[in-house]
Amino acid sequence: MSLAIVNGHLLDPSHDVDTKRDLFIDDDGFVVAVGMAPDGFQADKTLDVSGKIVCPGLVDLRARPREPGLEYKATIESETAAAVSAGITTMVCPPDTMPVIDTPAMAQMIQHRAWRFGMTFIHPLGALTRELAGTQLADMEALDEAGCVGFSNALQPLTDTLVLRRAMEYAASFDYTVFLHSEDPWLQADGCVHEGEVGTRLGLTGIPEAAETVAVARDLALIEQTSVRAHFCQLSSARAIDMIREAQDRGLAVSADTTAHHLHLTEHDIGFFNTQCHVRPPLRSQRDRDALRSALKEGVVSAICSDHQPHEADAKLAPFSISEPGVSGLETLLPLTLKLVDEGSIDLTQAIALLTSEPANIISVDTGHLGEGATADICIFDPEVIWTLTDEYFVSRGHNSPFIGWEFRGQVTHTLVGGRLVFER
Amino acid sequence: MSPEIDAEAILQNLETALQPMLSAKPIMIGIHSGGAWVAEQLHKDLNLPDPLGTLDISFYRDDFTRIGMNPQVKASELPVDVDDQHIILVDDVLHTGRTIRAAMNEIFDYGRPASVTLAVLIERSGHELPIRADVAGQFVELTATQHIKLSRDDAGHLQLVIQETTG
Amino acid sequence: MTEDLQFDSAGRLRHLLTIEGLKRQTVTDILDTAESFISVGEREIKKVPLLRGKTVVNMFFEASTRTRTTFEIAAKRLSADVINFNIGASSTNKGETLLDTVNNLEAMHTDLFVVRHINSGAAYLVAKHVPPHVAIVNAGDGRHAHPTQALLDAFTIRHYKKDFTRLKIAIVGDILHSRVARSLIHVLGILGVPEIRVIAPKTLLPMNVEKLGVHAYHNMYEGLEDVDAVVMLRLQRERMLGALIPSEQEYFNLFGLTEEKLGVAKDDAIIMHPGPMNRGLEIDSSVADSERAVILPQVSNGIAVRMAVMAMVMGNQAQAGERKA
Repeated sequence: MSLAIVNGHLLDPSHDVDTKRDLFIDDDGFVVAVGMAPDGFQADKTLDVSGKIVCPGLVDLRARPREPGLEYKATIESETAAAVSAGITTMVCPPDTMPVIDTPAMAQMIQHRAWRFGMTFIHPLGALTRELAGTQLADMEALDEAGCVGFSNALQPLTDTLVLRRAMEYAASFDYTVFLHSEDPWLQADGCVHEGEVGTRLGLTGIPEAAETVAVARDLALIEQTSVRAHFCQLSSARAIDMIREAQDRGLAVSADTTAHHLHLTEHDIGFFNTQCHVRPPLRSQRDRDALRSALKEGVVSAICSDHQPHEADAKLAPFSISEPGVSGLETLLPLTLKLVDEGSIDLTQAIALLTSEPANIISVDTGHLGEGATADICIFDPEVIWTLTDEYFVSRGHNSPFIGWEFRGQVTHTLVGGRLVFER
Repeated sequence: MSPEIDAEAILQNLETALQPMLSAKPIMIGIHSGGAWVAEQLHKDLNLPDPLGTLDISFYRDDFTRIGMNPQVKASELPVDVDDQHIILVDDVLHTGRTIRAAMNEIFDYGRPASVTLAVLIERSGHELPIRADVAGQFVELTATQHIKLSRDDAGHLQLVIQETTG
Repeated sequence: MTEDLQFDSAGRLRHLLTIEGLKRQTVTDILDTAESFISVGEREIKKVPLLRGKTVVNMFFEASTRTRTTFEIAAKRLSADVINFNIGASSTNKGETLLDTVNNLEAMHTDLFVVRHINSGAAYLVAKHVPPHVAIVNAGDGRHAHPTQALLDAFTIRHYKKDFTRLKIAIVGDILHSRVARSLIHVLGILGVPEIRVIAPKTLLPMNVEKLGVHAYHNMYEGLEDVDAVVMLRLQRERMLGALIPSEQEYFNLFGLTEEKLGVAKDDAIIMHPGPMNRGLEIDSSVADSERAVILPQVSNGIAVRMAVMAMVMGNQAQAGERKA
């Protein structure tokens, strides 16, 4: 079915478009023209989106649909439905599913499952080492062939520096990108909060900033040694940002992302043991949060992700240190990013780039833009509507969010995947 | 104009009425705080040999759920063992009878007296329990909105005043 | 940020979860009330009828005979019915969650839970999930707080030193892992103690400890100079395994309380230890047995303080209930 999306404000950062412009989509699901309809084009359906912003479908660099392995928390079906309700048309899934994505079969299965439901695309990351055990390399070429967009050891520590070096060298041979979660496991110990005054007051074991910086330093040295392209996932500290900036200035091919929640919350939001604020890496100080925001503006951090980790209610109904960390973040990814625009941290074009073209570049997938010939993965949102996040709002099976009760401005009204309308409010 | 009543005179009445009981060698216990003031005066004037006891009934009140804990609780002090004693229990005003009920419960948690005689400066109308004074300085008829209060000045003189309850 | 659920909408204390956030008047009221409960313990019938008809459940997920017994005696002296639940580590291994346990016990018409748990924040979690008329008293949650112990220590200090606003007090030992230390620091601050010191090697001090309102020292002679009271914390021998201190010998040399180190404190300084003591590790035997070590009526004082706390929160809960009705 061919489609015309008219009267909307098109915001496509990679093509420098920020103006009222119509979009025309053919019945194969590709953008056939931007601005003026091609001669002889007959739209089977017209969508009038006056007053709304039309942008590329959002690309979430890290979201866990929990399937396979933890289906009691959520499934690919439920979470891709939640993703499209939040304007997200592409999701990257880390390899720490159960079983781990270290075989082509697993990589294919996840993509196939997502494809079956016809909503968000899922691009898996392959395991960097077999079973994420940190001792043997995984079959990166086979995984790449099977659709993996990069390689990662997820949250499993890779402490044998020789193995890490070899893994990076191997990845570099084929120009694969390595996704790193830099955290020293010994300094992390059994910590669950930032090591600082809040942790001290609440009697909770802290994770020092050094846990991140020690690992980042080690990883940067090896990146330099091996010339691998690397992406640092969810940095949380100002000091680590400084190190990444310095590496980028020296010409290393490193990129970084941070989560939407780390851009808004600090350790103080934990209050009286609010487990919704139990996340990894932990929420750190105000200074760290401010540094993350500046890093966005400068481009040191080039993507915002949700780090979506849906949980069943019981996971959060335990004393803080034994509650499970993670935020159900798909549905607040865009709203929290728009809040940064409202607060003056970044402008709207950059905000959309951080959620579309930039993450798409990092995984080298042709998405996150709406030029002629692009796949029609589109997010349309009303930038003015004011709404409050409630427990009932969630489409995701996980309702674990520290933002329940927050007021937001801007809400997704339509989402299209491959030219098909998969969500309409 | 709140009428005053001559507290000192009433005290005299009370002392006179108590005289016949002294042969039983009673011990005296005053209820905080008004009863303790009266008892101090009586104890001195009647020249009682055993030390004076004082009772704070806060922990025995029946209205704990309505007014909660009162932090200004003074410790009850009973210097003499109450077992087999004749006790003169002293309070300033006997009104509903609940204070006396609480005081009796407390005394019996200390031991088993031979007898308890209730002596009050003023017995007023408005009983809610079957408790009456054995000896009263004066009986006063008051309405439900009236309130009689004992106070003691720095020089130790007792004063009684009738007020309208406010609020 | 969530408001502190220790307080009801009228600002009254409806649970005792932590000392942090209490007003000085509230703390003083608790100490004064405890004072009047002392005499109850000295007479033949050691009971008052304040909590008659109420059910108090001791929910101890961490074994502790002493604290639990003190709470039990305190509740019984208030004429409450007491049920003891010693769950210990084994039961939690059976998989029943903390809240499930609370719900099961709550069905027994419990009016007050005394909760001790190995995880910080457990008492808050329970308080968040009980019906409005149920009161919670924290008997120690992980490393976070042990409010009744701190109140007991304040009570003892008040007995010997009277005026908090002139004191220098030092707390020595494993502050990092100590809920007693945290609560004690808060209560002393609230009572106006102008100088609170912590003395320990850096490994045993939590990050940003000065933000709690204390001065940190790593040297006993400096830290104990001119103090009026010394509180010695118990050192668990496992700390050596965690690479926190090198050996018992070194710890005793540097931080063990000896006559010599005590020499720099005031002549009438008192020594307190929440017990049980490791003689020859935290404290020298001769100091532990000296008359300056006030280990004494901790038991009877402890009962009185706990009676005061339970009576107060139950009284506030009942008042709130009455107001609604």
